[in-house]
Amino acid sequence: MTRSDQHRLVVIGNGMVGQRLVDALRDRDADRVWRVDVLCEEPRRAYDRVALSSYFDGVDADDLDLVDDACYAEPSYALHLAESATAIDLAARTVATSAGRVLHYDKLVLATGSAPFVPPTPGNDLPGCFVYRTLDDLDAIRAACDKAAQGRGRGAGMVVGGGLLGLEAARALRLLGLSPHVVELAPRLMPLQVDEGGGSLLREMIEDLDVTAHIGTSVTKIEADRGRLLATLTNGVELDLDVVVFSAGIRPRDALAREAGLAIGERGGVVVDVGCGTSDPDVMAIGECAVIDGRVYGLVGPGYTMAEVVVDRLLGGTATFDGADTSTKLKLLGIDVASFGDALATTEGALEVTVNNPVERTYAKLVVSDDARTLLGGILVGDASRYAMLRPLVGRPLPADPLSMITPAGGGGGIGVGALPAEAQICSCNNVTKGEICDAITHQELTDVPGIKACTKAGTSCGSCVPLLKTLLAESGVEVSPALCEHFAYTRAQLFDIVRVEGIRTFSDLVARHGSGRGCDVCKPAVASILASIGNGYILDGEQAALQDTNDHFLANMQKNGTYSVVPRIPGGEITPEKLLVIAEVARDFGLYTKITGGQRIDLFGARVEQLPAIWARLVDAGFESGHAYGKALRTVKSCVGSTWCRYGVQDSVGLAVDLELRYRGLRAPHKLKSAVSGCARECAEAQSKDFGVIATENGWNLYVGGNGGMRPRHADLLVRDVDTETLIRTIDRFLMFYIRTADRLQRTSVWLESLEGGLDYLRAVIVEDALGICAELDAAMAAHISSYSDEWADTLRDPERLARFVSFVNAPGTPDPSVRFVTERSQPRPLLEVLS
Amino acid sequence: MTAQLERIWTGVCQYDWLLPERGVAALIGGVQVAVFRTFEGMVHAVGNRDPFTGAYVLSRGIVGTRGDSPTVASPLHKQVFELTTGVCVSDDSVRIPVYAARVRDGVVEVAVEASG
Repeated sequence: MTRSDQHRLVVIGNGMVGQRLVDALRDRDADRVWRVDVLCEEPRRAYDRVALSSYFDGVDADDLDLVDDACYAEPSYALHLAESATAIDLAARTVATSAGRVLHYDKLVLATGSAPFVPPTPGNDLPGCFVYRTLDDLDAIRAACDKAAQGRGRGAGMVVGGGLLGLEAARALRLLGLSPHVVELAPRLMPLQVDEGGGSLLREMIEDLDVTAHIGTSVTKIEADRGRLLATLTNGVELDLDVVVFSAGIRPRDALAREAGLAIGERGGVVVDVGCGTSDPDVMAIGECAVIDGRVYGLVGPGYTMAEVVVDRLLGGTATFDGADTSTKLKLLGIDVASFGDALATTEGALEVTVNNPVERTYAKLVVSDDARTLLGGILVGDASRYAMLRPLVGRPLPADPLSMITPAGGGGGIGVGALPAEAQICSCNNVTKGEICDAITHQELTDVPGIKACTKAGTSCGSCVPLLKTLLAESGVEVSPALCEHFAYTRAQLFDIVRVEGIRTFSDLVARHGSGRGCDVCKPAVASILASIGNGYILDGEQAALQDTNDHFLANMQKNGTYSVVPRIPGGEITPEKLLVIAEVARDFGLYTKITGGQRIDLFGARVEQLPAIWARLVDAGFESGHAYGKALRTVKSCVGSTWCRYGVQDSVGLAVDLELRYRGLRAPHKLKSAVSGCARECAEAQSKDFGVIATENGWNLYVGGNGGMRPRHADLLVRDVDTETLIRTIDRFLMFYIRTADRLQRTSVWLESLEGGLDYLRAVIVEDALGICAELDAAMAAHISSYSDEWADTLRDPERLARFVSFVNAPGTPDPSVRFVTERSQPRPLLEVLS
Repeated sequence: MTAQLERIWTGVCQYDWLLPERGVAALIGGVQVAVFRTFEGMVHAVGNRDPFTGAYVLSRGIVGTRGDSPTVASPLHKQVFELTTGVCVSDDSVRIPVYAARVRDGVVEVAVEASG
């Protein structure tokens, strides 16, 4: 119930900062002194604009939503969607809205944000010209790119502005199938964040990704040209385009404030003091519409701080905004870029220490005080893994020689999160200090990162401090047990070594010597995988049969109604019409639902357990073998059509994909393994989203590792470039064997690589430079796997004892399971499930 | 107290046919039963239906132990059930039927009235 004694707060704008204000007030105004009305001009409530570009990676609008449903279900909080403020009357303390309403306020907060700046270039309003700000903008860009993709050849797009958002927009255009051009007036990309050295490496790296950078130039005019756009640059270059995106900075949205008579900054923006108050005592402004100390902050972190200041003041406090950290770390087009503190060395007497490594393609710079004792800021390009450690040190004494802190061999120079003082800021997006996090861990008895996020908000925005949160947990004495389960006090990697060194060949032997009880669904499949990786023969012989998950046990994938799906191997996605016919006939004869998979093969669903041998007898007869879709094993090596057919291809990607798939088929690993080979830099096989991916170059192959799609997408890292086929295969052999030996149970290569101490550099040292002296062992292990490979389904069909297992009922072998029923949907069977109460 | 009903035992399969720590499904008068042989050689019988999904799959789960209790994990979403009581380890409000099981003359027999 709203109460007549409540004060009225009106918030104009429901962006990230406006919503943060509401969330903070809800948290802290326990007595509900304030009744809040929020005006939101967009038809959607607040969403994560920082992650806007992930919209093109398959994240949908709901995933970006930032609002807790409970928030506006409360009577004291009202959100008015698609309703904008049209006028403010300071004297009457009212806001008029586009819905014709007049809202009275006691206090008013402007959180109107900013608008993209569009340079006054002739033609900037032609159809095909966009800005990059809201989900609606993104939808419009997507629609235009889709239209371009239907035309002839590959389309092109131009992004005006080579800053942070401009490069994000370029990435988006690339994802949407266009060749992007970036036009930047300054002499380098990201001029606000990086210096010349970082900018030139960045340019080199993005040009490798098919993004063309036009630096130190601007657009003279844009003209319509037979349904397309023609842009002329000041340096004379002409670009034939489908789409233009303006991303040349922001301008505070201050029109309402201006018309109401509030003080406006020289270059726009609502002028506020350190308490975020405007020239009217009852009006405050926060976020990108506010100008504070002559400055507009275009980042979310400072906006959040302003929101907290205003909430404190609404509740009678005196909090002030004392400047903000404008550090940024991001992945642009898969390239790490970080900039923190006084990155451009503007402090008087500042010294710069730079490490430029053109081979590894990394650039790092630290800015230190004139006595070389205090860290002032820095820039990291290509590898920003040290960002989380370095940023909290800004303004503090250097714990080590600055050069050692950015040299790979320096290993971080002995700096650890333990060395940071309690007031050091760990999460700059949400302004959370180390002391606050440690207190929360102790007093709220937190034991994991989600707990810290819920309690302190640390790590909930950009996520770059999450590794530090883990370290803080560990240092607070929270024991994250490495034990696999109650039966083994070891990690998978430790068990692997025990099995390998002691020559153990059965689960019973292992659990008797090193564990307790009789195992469970966690340790048994893990041990089964270890035994299989080490080369224990047919996975269902003897005691091993009892260790396997049902999928491995029946060599098929169990579906929700207890039936199985069947996936024959189609190496590289290449298949003859004759083999396609066999699959079609088997599917038809057994009434199976048929679907093309993402890995370029065909999945047949709905097989009863007793049908599996008959289905496979036909498939094996036609030359098919197990596709191991049921195993934590190599799945597929996807490929594009490559140089054999494609006019862009530079190598035979299908040939290599077939070779790789046949080489690693049946290899059991801690988790499934996916791969792909692209025949040129256009990357049609999506190799960079795979555990190991290969992209053809003019000179050979580039090998990427640790990529992932799925729940937590990750771009693969470039491990080696321009290598010949022999070197490529040797490197993949070692990568896979090293992963199999050292990863945790069910840990994909992406997470494994991130948790590997020393990261990609360490991996390269181990498997390319043989720093540990184990490469010969890894090579021998792979050779043993390849020579002992045998098709599990052919082996099963040859042995009547193995086949006897494939019955629905042991006492009625001919009877199918009566609970399995189907209905027809889109001309194919679909499971009919009982309705659970 | 009522007198205990006389159990009707049904032969399911040869004991030797069961793999240690693996299950089989049997159809007894229209009831689906999952029968397991533990590492120590005991036999247990429970309902084959996974109460969390409604699929008849428990006989295809992994057999193990939790503490001293023999258990089976559903192959679909890995909920673990005690073979002796039928209780779900992670949610004790859920239980599956437990049936009496024994070995007579090398044959595994199950009685389908719920015991206990």
